Amino acid sequence: MLNSLFQSRQFGLLVLALIIIVLPFGLQNDFHYDIAIQMGLIAATVVGLNLLVGFAGQISLGHAAFFGVGAYMSAILTGTYGWSPIPVLLFAAVVVGIIAFVVGRPILRLKGHYLSMATLAVGFIIYIIINNERRITGGPDGISVPSLSIFGAELNVFNDYQILGMTLSGTFLWYVLAGVLLLLAVWIAQNIIDSPIGRALRSVHGSEVAARVVGVDTARFKSLVFVISAVYASIMGSFYAHYTGFITPQIASFEHSIVLITMVVLGGMASTLGVILGVVVLKLLPQVLADFQELEMMMFGLILMLTMIFMPKGLLPTLQGLARKYLRKKPEEGV
Amino acid sequence: MSALIEVTGLDKAFGGVNAVEGLSFSVNAGQVYSVIGPNGAGKTTLFNLITGIYTPTKGEIKLRGESVVGLEPNQLAERGMCRTFQNLQICMNMTALENVMLGRHLQLKSNFLSTLFRLPSMLRDEAACRERAIELMEFVGCGQYVNTEASAMSYGALKRLEIARALAADPKVILLDEPAAGLNGTETAALEDLIRKVAQQGITVVLVEHDMKLVMGISDYLLVLNYGRKLAEGTPEQIRNNPDVIAAYLGG
Repeated sequence: MLNSLFQSRQFGLLVLALIIIVLPFGLQNDFHYDIAIQMGLIAATVVGLNLLVGFAGQISLGHAAFFGVGAYMSAILTGTYGWSPIPVLLFAAVVVGIIAFVVGRPILRLKGHYLSMATLAVGFIIYIIINNERRITGGPDGISVPSLSIFGAELNVFNDYQILGMTLSGTFLWYVLAGVLLLLAVWIAQNIIDSPIGRALRSVHGSEVAARVVGVDTARFKSLVFVISAVYASIMGSFYAHYTGFITPQIASFEHSIVLITMVVLGGMASTLGVILGVVVLKLLPQVLADFQELEMMMFGLILMLTMIFMPKGLLPTLQGLARKYLRKKPEEGV
Repeated sequence: MSALIEVTGLDKAFGGVNAVEGLSFSVNAGQVYSVIGPNGAGKTTLFNLITGIYTPTKGEIKLRGESVVGLEPNQLAERGMCRTFQNLQICMNMTALENVMLGRHLQLKSNFLSTLFRLPSMLRDEAACRERAIELMEFVGCGQYVNTEASAMSYGALKRLEIARALAADPKVILLDEPAAGLNGTETAALEDLIRKVAQQGITVVLVEHDMKLVMGISDYLLVLNYGRKLAEGTPEQIRNNPDVIAAYLGG
């Protein structure tokens, strides 16, 4: 019975929900909450990126740009033009989806290094536009973002809220929101993977030519997953912008794209829970190594390389494999 | 009998090399049709041309009377053509069963929304697909590997798994590229039985194969290639006694 629980597809989601519920008991101050909230929002982005990189086997070295476009559209349309945050967020997601579709269709014909270079270029173009259009985006100095409001109720980290007779801080509510968003992101990603669409996506990774001869329109599926992962990034970018209240072009930069990819590779490609672990490790690392800030990018590069060489499957799948060996149990399905 | 595949004046050049030159032949529905020839005769190139992996330099390929030159492999699959590969093309990131289920891709009707919310229609569809895939794995003799990762299977089993995947697409015609390569005697005998069983279901089989005993045993009709050209065609009996074929094979 315990075994069937382990094998169920809900198991991973359940564990994640438990961690999110239990975690606040260990969080002592707003700084801890801040890191946890950022982890949640970035993790949801990375879960989306993993659909593209881990499952469909396509690379994107410009994914932070989609995150940035979502964030900046939210900042500009709510801040400068006074639109309502949630409609803006959805509108931005549609725009980013269209951009990803238009850009993705031609560049996803490329493979390997060529695809890396093309996505890199797309990311750079978007970054440069955000950085240079000073009048609209505020340029390198960044732009402030109004706080999130849902159905007229404003969610601000500096306020306290009375809910069901309890006084809850805005930070705590943001933590709840980030947790719910992450669970939703994982749930949707798992539903996509565990379906005929997911099987077709994985076959693109496994053997593209085999996929094509059994009738999978691989160009269409690559384009689909590129759009899905871009929309994930855009939505999370919007939330991130509202949460931090101030964004700079840095969030759309090449460095940020590399960080996102490193999280996927370190955590475990094609492992939805693994990549979340990757986010946790790489978000905590800078806190631990605060004295060596200038070496951060180098550390990320080193981690990426060492992971590729010594545990190409990534952190969580490798740990699962070791645990399985240790317990000598029958192999269980990865989540 | 009508021609299922009709090839006329087919040319394929790679740079200055003519891998296939002026080739014309037709495959009738329900036949086991074999293409043989020495190494480098252009057999695999011919397969890649018919299945849309390569585009011909010149010539016409018709599938059930419809010209299919320039169509993508997935479009050919929609028209009832499926194939296996000489060097295996298995998705090693999936289980054996998932590989076969992938073969039923075109038979599944679930759309994006039913996937996103796991609607009952999609789950029913998946369950039926799984059942059919298990049936096919048993049919090709891979029944014991249902829950095995593809990467943990033996070469011979993977060859049969590829056939199961191709059959999962409910094809009218199935092209097998050297299915017996690398198999031992027992495995080859089992393969021969399997090909017969496939043909009995009314599926046309086009075969590229080196194993002469196998080819002569199960083929209704043969095409012999040499240096990209047609050397001979006919029944196994005619081919066996054809002096050109004997010369090409024995270097006379």
